[in-house]
Amino acid sequence: MKIRDIALARSGDKGNRATLSVIAYDPADYARLERALTAERVQAHYQGVVHGPVQRFPLPHLGALHFVMNDALGGGVTRSLALDAHGKTLSAAILDLSLDAGEI
Amino acid sequence: MKPFRIGSGAGYSGDRIDPAQALAERGKLDVLVFECLAERTIALAQLRRSLDARAGYDPLLKQRMRAVLAACVQQGVTIITNMGAANPQAAGEAVLEVARELGLPRLRVAVVTGDDVLAWMQANDVPLIDSDQSVRALDGRLISANAYLGADALLPALQAGADVVITGRVADPALFLAPLMHRFGWAADNWPRLGQGIVVGHLLECAAQVSGGYIADPGFLDVPRLEAVGFPLAEVQADGSCVITKLAGTGGRVDRLTCTAQLLYELEDPGRYLQPDVTADFSGVHLTEVGPDRVQVGGASGQPRPDQLKVTLGYREGFIGEGQISYAGPGARARGELALAVLERRLQGLGLAALEHRAELIGVNAMHGAGLGADREPYEVRVRLAARTPTRSLAEQVGQEVEALYLNGPAGGGGVTLSVREVIAVASALIPRDAVRPDCRILEL
Repeated sequence: MKIRDIALARSGDKGNRATLSVIAYDPADYARLERALTAERVQAHYQGVVHGPVQRFPLPHLGALHFVMNDALGGGVTRSLALDAHGKTLSAAILDLSLDAGEI
Repeated sequence: MKPFRIGSGAGYSGDRIDPAQALAERGKLDVLVFECLAERTIALAQLRRSLDARAGYDPLLKQRMRAVLAACVQQGVTIITNMGAANPQAAGEAVLEVARELGLPRLRVAVVTGDDVLAWMQANDVPLIDSDQSVRALDGRLISANAYLGADALLPALQAGADVVITGRVADPALFLAPLMHRFGWAADNWPRLGQGIVVGHLLECAAQVSGGYIADPGFLDVPRLEAVGFPLAEVQADGSCVITKLAGTGGRVDRLTCTAQLLYELEDPGRYLQPDVTADFSGVHLTEVGPDRVQVGGASGQPRPDQLKVTLGYREGFIGEGQISYAGPGARARGELALAVLERRLQGLGLAALEHRAELIGVNAMHGAGLGADREPYEVRVRLAARTPTRSLAEQVGQEVEALYLNGPAGGGGVTLSVREVIAVASALIPRDAVRPDCRILEL
């Protein structure tokens, strides 16, 4: 099973940081997301794109995890050489992560 | 008490106009807000103003006003917008021109200024946020400096009974918070109320992003009639709790998922969302589906506002030259990779290899680098070379090398596009509150 089977994701930009929200379709699946998506695992998944640390903010009452990924946008949206300078497409990449590999 | 109805008429400067017109005509609104300023919009508008003193406001301002002004005046809907960009005064006059065109009997427009702090930034030196440099590092390249004003700057305009309030840079949620403070008489230090008002603004400020836009993923999350997605509105109570909804008959959806995605959008710490009026706390926000396309929102709080205001500085950052060419069919990826290798060597030969650049294959690794899915074999790829250059002519040279792959590169390349653009970048700094003096001027038809 992949994250995509139980959650949606949206990313945004803040300077040179990307934000990433992962939201369970069914709030009952939140605990599985929380186990699977540690800050370390998310950082490792975006290796080569995200160059700084990743912070995680759990929001269990919303069935959501929120991440701030530092040094992720090529120096910032307005000067980046990237085609997707805002990192808008970063959200889709997390959906491809296997849900099971992170579970203990 | 009858809820106060605020609609969202735009989530960015180029946003669609029809859904805003529908809200103006059928939304039974008290206020219609158009949020149209991204980070560097003001810097770009300032460049237009430097060429034409009457320009520098949102290019779609008049078109939007032609679509909504008559209905808003007839129904007593107050319009609030930051479409003034780098020239709120000229924007206010442009709104009056549209009112005359439409034959409106009267109109009161309030122009809110004071966000332009370029002179202060040129006279003082403060550190840049997320940088080891200070504002002095931008000397000679600085185009604009605008402080994020808060809702307090808009209150005099609302107290004066303005039909239309035009601003430059204002914190996006403050465009929504101001009419709530005005309507419900919230004190400027009632932090929990202001925090709740910021949630209302944050949920509405990106328009369709809370009502079914930017969320569809076929088979996983389907959105009814996405082509006709409606813009959202909030029905707000005196305690700041609200229901987010949209007009009946429009496409899209409003539910726990769309509202959660927008609630968290571009936040950093959800417990400390710094705003000019309050440090909002979204960590306790709860969202409850209370009907079809209706989500009840409450539970936000707030702490005292920060001592300083954030300033966005726009500055010139050289040029970006770019070229693209496609390869397709068997071996497309190998030919694309050969093209990239050839381009790298040619840049070296030209003495340009030291330029900051990206050489990548769209379809393979342009979005997420080499690690995510780049091992899959695509049917077609697009070579992309982009480089930052100090001059326009060097930027042109970057694209020319991509175009030259037609006769001097691998087999079967096609569909070259080239571009050169000047980069207007932004940086951030803080300014003491007492250095920022908001002002409000009334223009009348």
